[in-house]
Amino acid sequence: MSCPQAEWLDGYFDGELDAARAAEFEAHLPGCAECAAALARHQALRAAIGAAGLYAKAPASLRARVGAGLSAGPAAASGRGWAWRAAGLAAVAAMILIGVSRLSSVRRDEAEHVAAAQVLDAHLRSLQPSHLTDVASTDQHTVKPWFDGKLDFAPPVTDLAADGFPLLGGRLDVIGGRSVAGLVYGRRKHVISLFVWPGDTSAGGSFASGSARGYQWVSWSHGGMRFWAVSDVAAADLEELARLLRR
Amino acid sequence: MGPTDSRGRSALADPQERARFEALVMPHLDAAYNLARWLVRRDAEAEDLAQEAMLRAYRFFGGFRGGDARAWLLKIVRNVSYTWLEAARATEASTEFDEERHGAADATPESLAIAGAEHQRLARALEELPARFREVLVLRELEGCSYKEIAEITGSPIGTVMSSLSRARRRLAQALGAVGPKAKVVS
Repeated sequence: MSCPQAEWLDGYFDGELDAARAAEFEAHLPGCAECAAALARHQALRAAIGAAGLYAKAPASLRARVGAGLSAGPAAASGRGWAWRAAGLAAVAAMILIGVSRLSSVRRDEAEHVAAAQVLDAHLRSLQPSHLTDVASTDQHTVKPWFDGKLDFAPPVTDLAADGFPLLGGRLDVIGGRSVAGLVYGRRKHVISLFVWPGDTSAGGSFASGSARGYQWVSWSHGGMRFWAVSDVAAADLEELARLLRR
Repeated sequence: MGPTDSRGRSALADPQERARFEALVMPHLDAAYNLARWLVRRDAEAEDLAQEAMLRAYRFFGGFRGGDARAWLLKIVRNVSYTWLEAARATEASTEFDEERHGAADATPESLAIAGAEHQRLARALEELPARFREVLVLRELEGCSYKEIAEITGSPIGTVMSSLSRARRRLAQALGAVGPKAKVVS
């Protein structure tokens, strides 16, 4: 298309232009055969699509399967195809994680100790040059969609700049063999890593904290997710972050 | 496994959450299936993927902060569909659309006018477009999504949504014989 207005054609056709831009486009139409023809073609195309009845409605069998799946719970759902095998594997992985957290209290302490060590390692790894973030953005609406398709869950991403914890970005990490979301927050001159993965909520949001090698960590459960925050800031700062994220 | 075994299943234990899910998300089951169907182009697989997306949405419903439930669900549908497409691409020798399975194209040029396009011919033309064009057309023309919603679902800027739609419409019109490949305008 040679007409400079042509780039606005679809926005005009879809009623998505602001009023000034739409008026400008409309004013140029009578003198522009190219855009007028393209607009007519768009209208014909829309009419044809509408008349062809292309909308694929959900079959009754799907409705029934989803209803049954909701009742049975995601982990119990079964179906055809690789996707279900993948979902099954994810469920098994989740069960293993649950198993770890449900052992006796001694074993749980051990598991927590191991997890803390892994979380700290991941944090230290991230502090190496250019490992801090895979997606650097202070915009939660940039960071959150970045995780789509990279993880089998959707981590909550909240910018807390107003509360003194600006979001710096996100990255993928592996904790205990599981892909997890790594969010990076700033606190004054310090960096806080926040690791998130689907977590056990049955323990009533069990809050734990500790320190190792000069770093502080806190962990908690909230909204079906397990959170681990680790940093060299004061423990009170991490507890404040935890409080803000559980609001 | 017992009823409380799995993590992230607080929604299950809570009948109110289930009711909220059924009120907010379940009404979009058609939209979920429709998008999956046009992305993967196979009925049975679309059914599996739509089911998976719904159950995934249910599992992560706690993370849904309100707002546009349809866009939230369709984003999940899109993710599982693209994962399927990538897996299919990796496992199948040919990534091309299965010609034999879907029959040969209508070759009579006289019939290639948009106004006369029938369901099958339009469906086929749509199915032969690249996935990124199929999805914007399906979301805009079949689902009636706004650019903002499409941007949210596809994770692209609104400007990209508009240019994708523009190219998608041109490609579809070309496939239907309404416009030449060089975009010559009938005077």
